[in-house]
Amino acid sequence: MEFLVASAIGVMAAAGIYLVLRARTYPVVLGLALLTYATNAFIFVSGRLAINAPPIIRDGVTVYTDPLPQALVLTAIVISFGMTAVIVVLSLRSYLESDSDQVDGKPEEIHNENIESIPDGSQGKTTP
Amino acid sequence: MSLDLIVLLPFLGAVLPALMIRVGRNACATSAFTVTLLAFALLMTHAPMVFRGETLRVGVDWLPRLGLNLNFFIDGLGFFFAALILGIGLLIIIYARFYLAKEDPMGTFYAYLLLFQGAMVGIVLSDNILLLLIFWELTSLSSFLLIGYWKHLPEGRQGARMALTVTGAGGLSMIAGMLLLGDIAGSYDISEILKHKEQIQASPLYLPALILILGGCFTKSAQFPFHFWLPHAMAAPTPVSAYLHSATMVKAGLFLMARLWPVLAGTEEWFYIVASTGLATMVIAAWIALFKDDLKGLLAFSTVSHLGLVTFLLGLGTPMAAVAAVFHILNHATFKAALFMNAGIIDHEAGTRDIKRLGGLLLLMPIGGTIALLAAASMAGIPLLNGFLSKEMMLEEAAHTVWAGQTWLIPALATLGATFSVAYSFRYIVHVYLGKARHDYPRHPHDPPFGMWGPSALLVVGVVAIGLFPAAVAGPLVAVVAGAVIGGPLPDYHLAIWHGLTPALGMSLIAVAVGLTLLWRYVSLRGFWQAAPHPDAKAMFQRTLATTVRLAKGFTHGLHNGSLQRHLLFLIVAAVVTGSIAFFSASHEAGTRPLLAATPVAVIAWLLLVVASIGVAMLHRRRLMALIIVGVAGIIVSLGFLYFSAPDLALTQISVEVVTVILMLLALNLLPKKMPRESSALRRWRDVGIATLGGLGIGGATWAMITRDGSTLSGYYLENSVPGGGGTNVVNVILVDFRGFDTFGEIIVLGIAATIIFALLDGALQGEVGRKLAAWVPDQKRAKDRHPLMLVVATRVMLPLALMVGAYIFLRGHNLPGGGFIAGLVVSVALIMQYMASGFGWAAQRMRVDYHALIGFGVLTAGVTGIVAWLADRPFLTSTFGHFHLPLIGEFELASAMAFDTGVFLTVIGATMLALASLSRIGRWTDNQTVPERPMDHHISRRPGKEH
Repeated sequence: MEFLVASAIGVMAAAGIYLVLRARTYPVVLGLALLTYATNAFIFVSGRLAINAPPIIRDGVTVYTDPLPQALVLTAIVISFGMTAVIVVLSLRSYLESDSDQVDGKPEEIHNENIESIPDGSQGKTTP
Repeated sequence: MSLDLIVLLPFLGAVLPALMIRVGRNACATSAFTVTLLAFALLMTHAPMVFRGETLRVGVDWLPRLGLNLNFFIDGLGFFFAALILGIGLLIIIYARFYLAKEDPMGTFYAYLLLFQGAMVGIVLSDNILLLLIFWELTSLSSFLLIGYWKHLPEGRQGARMALTVTGAGGLSMIAGMLLLGDIAGSYDISEILKHKEQIQASPLYLPALILILGGCFTKSAQFPFHFWLPHAMAAPTPVSAYLHSATMVKAGLFLMARLWPVLAGTEEWFYIVASTGLATMVIAAWIALFKDDLKGLLAFSTVSHLGLVTFLLGLGTPMAAVAAVFHILNHATFKAALFMNAGIIDHEAGTRDIKRLGGLLLLMPIGGTIALLAAASMAGIPLLNGFLSKEMMLEEAAHTVWAGQTWLIPALATLGATFSVAYSFRYIVHVYLGKARHDYPRHPHDPPFGMWGPSALLVVGVVAIGLFPAAVAGPLVAVVAGAVIGGPLPDYHLAIWHGLTPALGMSLIAVAVGLTLLWRYVSLRGFWQAAPHPDAKAMFQRTLATTVRLAKGFTHGLHNGSLQRHLLFLIVAAVVTGSIAFFSASHEAGTRPLLAATPVAVIAWLLLVVASIGVAMLHRRRLMALIIVGVAGIIVSLGFLYFSAPDLALTQISVEVVTVILMLLALNLLPKKMPRESSALRRWRDVGIATLGGLGIGGATWAMITRDGSTLSGYYLENSVPGGGGTNVVNVILVDFRGFDTFGEIIVLGIAATIIFALLDGALQGEVGRKLAAWVPDQKRAKDRHPLMLVVATRVMLPLALMVGAYIFLRGHNLPGGGFIAGLVVSVALIMQYMASGFGWAAQRMRVDYHALIGFGVLTAGVTGIVAWLADRPFLTSTFGHFHLPLIGEFELASAMAFDTGVFLTVIGATMLALASLSRIGRWTDNQTVPERPMDHHISRRPGKEH
């Protein structure tokens, strides 16, 4: 079980790293989401794995899992939601301002056949 | 009278002139004068005590654990410098009142001046070297403001920058040196450090500390090769030059060398560094001064030369030389400040400071001329004036100093310096005041009003009085100050005009004779000067600065060219490399913790998660699809939390997941749905490589961690949760009680994040982006039914139920999984569903809650709960709980943590809703449709009359 957890965290982190290195804002946001999962899970499992031992005090029960990493991760999840939201909105605003969702706000230069023709007009991009 | 008040007064008083300027220029100057006078009077109350040879210490603990305390002390040396600073300050304030033109902002000037004055007094009265450093930096800053006072003059601004750069760099060096010194002595209090001479001089850190401290002193006191900033600082108004660059700031370096003289002086290193630098500065600066045509330039280099003289004396390290140094500081302050004021008067009256355009002024302005004559003669070292006495003492000391085995070198150089000094002093007299009156002065010169010449006259009275009766006038002061510098018994010395036929007298005679000859042959001498190369300090300084800036820019831009990709790449590669180094430089053993068996369900979940992660990475260009896959990963992570005994986390994760997906969908509505493949295959494979290494590292670290046992704090929380926090859900009790302060910070952050989102999107509605949005053409087909019947009905039925669930989760949170965070998210989801089903416009009209206010109210509730603990004399956020009995309901428990959790709950709702609603509002701008009056479109029967 430990191996499954460790490798899953590793895979999520790897996918996250790959995505944050992309050139568009959207994959960077997704990458951050994956990295967040990996990081939160990492902190969480620093309390070690335990099954059926939630840290809720009950009479007659003596084995509980470590509550502290859980408390830390709980706020971390909420805060990372805040962070994701800010980044999503930041990328949206940057896209609206610059007509480009390139991470550095570079204007559109690459016209690739892979892109489907986007109805222009307000978006101000005409792909030949 | 309290010492700290003397330091504090100028700082407090700095506000006064800035305010009083509204009343008038006289009121402004008077207020500055009064403040300084008050400080001066306070200082003088300490005079009897100081002259008895006592010291007084007062102190307030500031940051005792860092050794930084507001300790002040006053002894002879501190008293002397404080008196110089405040006394000459008084004269300068009067002088400046008449010097400054009508259009100069006088309030600002006096405010800066008082700030500077306070900082200087702080330096000389500090008993703590860290405190001294703070004042030291303050003098650099305030002098920057004063030198650049005439903002419209480029020379002023450049001079101010140069002064700040040089003295600021010196200040940094001094900070390092002082920290070393304090470290060696084991205390940062000067009076304590002064007791540890042997310990300091024996330490291997003595030399580095000495060099670093001297770096600060030499830059501040303009010693060679850092002397170049002082002449450029002369672009300042003359009162500033007279005050900062003759009497006070440039003496700060000398003061510090004198202050630390008992522990630093007396070694070979001290002698060779300090005495040589001083002597070199004295000779070189005097030589340059001889050829300066600008009166203030001449005086500036002369000041550098005299500072060199004092540095040289301090560097000799003998008590006798220390006495001479103290005496010369006093004498120099009197005649040089008088001369600076005089230069200002000439500038003011004749309209120029260029010596070549002056001459014959004595008869036109007899008072100013007489003052200048006496002061300059004193500077030249002519008998019966005070400059003669201390110069004589310097020559006497130089006469028997051996430098690296050479007996002739120091006496010869000292005589040479004295010679140039005679020459430039007489040049000031002969080329400016003597000779025939001219007819081509830019302005017709005459004596200025008393306010302008009075202060300098007072100083010249001192020059003559000390010159005639040194022992009576200056004797006691010199004795007590020198005693403080030496920190031991005074040597046997006599302040007198006639010492008999000494070598020093011979050197003096040679200096006067040769000096006058040089001036007589000035024209040919000048030709010789002009033929010699002149390194342009300013150009060199600017080149050095430009090179530094270029290198720094190159380095920064090389690392970070503004590209996020490159920046992140460096960050990740650095992390991978650091991790690898740590990993491969240690031995590894397998963990010993017993492992859990993997269940088939777990394997399936694992497979799903791995496929989802890789799938997102591969399919990220198909954005909607990628979002769905990320959602899958999120759900499996929540299930993982649930499985591994973390029900609170599972609940939180799943509700955050819902909110995040809604948020992303709202954003995707406006973002492009697909995108081109941008990176080359090479780049993609490179990134795959880096990502794999990173993933291996993180996975490996996780594996290493969870296969070992570790120590944990959890025992404390588990034991104290019920008795201390009154709740059985330990995670919730930690959040709202044990670590409530963290949570308080986090809800504030969440509130800030939501406000940022609102600001970003609200701002987008204006200007060009707003117009763009209004003319938006959807890039995807829209559903014909904007508000589908099923969705609307379902969400409306769900709303009360969801609110009930939220309340339930909230209420039980303290004892069972749940709590403010989760409840807040659940309620937000229920509310946002209404927006989704019936549209933003319709829902917003019915949602009468201001989300900003909700955030504020939530944070406030949590904060007030914390503050209530103060009323019971407990620390912030101390919780309490009790069991209460109500008729009908029975026994129930109430914890103050509940109120705190309510704050959390409200903030989470406010923040989430503000973020989502702002995004929906943007979306609403793009579809230009009227707000529906009903919760759903009723397109089922469009025929009129058939509406239900």
